[in-house]
Amino acid sequence: MIEWMVTKHSYWFYIILIMTGFYGMMAKNNLMKKLIGMNIFQWAIILYYISIGSKKGGTIPIIDAQAAVRHAVRAADYINPLPHVLMLTAIVVGVATTGIALTLLVIIYRKYGTLEEDEIIEALKK
Amino acid sequence: MNKFLALFVTLVAGALLAYGAEGLPPWGDPQQPASIHVSPRYIEKTVDETGVPNAVTSVLADYRGYDTMFETSVIFTAGVAVMMLLRGMNHGKRS
Amino acid sequence: MVRDLDDIIIRTCARIMVPFMQVYGLYVFVHGHSSPGGGFQGGCIMAASFILLATAFNIKEAKMRFTEKVNGIFCCLGVFIYAGTGAVAVIFSGNFLDYSRWTNILPTNPVMARYYGMALIELGVQITVMAVMVSIFLDLVTGGSHEEVMKTDD
Repeated sequence: MIEWMVTKHSYWFYIILIMTGFYGMMAKNNLMKKLIGMNIFQWAIILYYISIGSKKGGTIPIIDAQAAVRHAVRAADYINPLPHVLMLTAIVVGVATTGIALTLLVIIYRKYGTLEEDEIIEALKK
Repeated sequence: MNKFLALFVTLVAGALLAYGAEGLPPWGDPQQPASIHVSPRYIEKTVDETGVPNAVTSVLADYRGYDTMFETSVIFTAGVAVMMLLRGMNHGKRS
Repeated sequence: MVRDLDDIIIRTCARIMVPFMQVYGLYVFVHGHSSPGGGFQGGCIMAASFILLATAFNIKEAKMRFTEKVNGIFCCLGVFIYAGTGAVAVIFSGNFLDYSRWTNILPTNPVMARYYGMALIELGVQITVMAVMVSIFLDLVTGGSHEEVMKTDD
């Protein structure tokens, strides 16, 4: 157990962030706070993916021109570019989808005059 | 009551995640499964095949061009959706 | 809704910074092939310059520099450039997004054709990301009623 906590310490941070976001999404009453919780959840997953790409002793995945000319590129010298690519697009798409979520909140506020979940449910029951 | 239930569910989910994390490789392991499947080929061939030294750009734009294209479409769709939702609602109110 | 903040320091700093931010956005995009950068990052930086204009001055000022019409056209143009670059390869009997078929147009070898094809689609990504970020920001901050805000500002 202690050994796991030391060698895999980075996973603790993602688990804590995911739990924070999950709790915010479930327990908070305000829809804006729920959205913030969802964003924390999303960023925990993005950080987790980026950490997958790391290699000890590796540098950024920009190939050295000298090594490329000699056809002597060793994959162990460079970190994994694939998670970076996937998360690069995921971040920008996350911003765009957050924009849609904020738009829906604006419309809900215009219609019901509040963002509190229980008050909206009360207004819907009438 | 509701908050305690949420806290309980969160703790159960966190315990499940911690249990799952036990099977994951240590941080920065060069031999982890994600680093030995396709990414060595991308890194070794990117200059020979595309002439681009930045492996992230070559994977983003060339090897996985479909992915990026539809991500761009998603961004475009999101922009159009925001435009339609906010302005469409306004016009409905006015008329 | 959007207050017209008349602060000479903020306005002067913003006016000085905006051109540098736009040049830096283009730099990040152009150097995406050999250093960290690319269309997504450069597009976000260029969008940030317009958002800085909108926050430091007012919405009217930002919309004067980057009009609604241009914004809408740019949103579509980026995706069109991306898809069109891939479709040109189909015309020359290649797969979709196979840029090495661009050798039928460009006087280069297939490797360099892929290099230039990637530059083209990064341009498409940059234009779309910039236009959509600015559009989402302006829509959210004005609640979708651009004309009304412009009237109350006058």
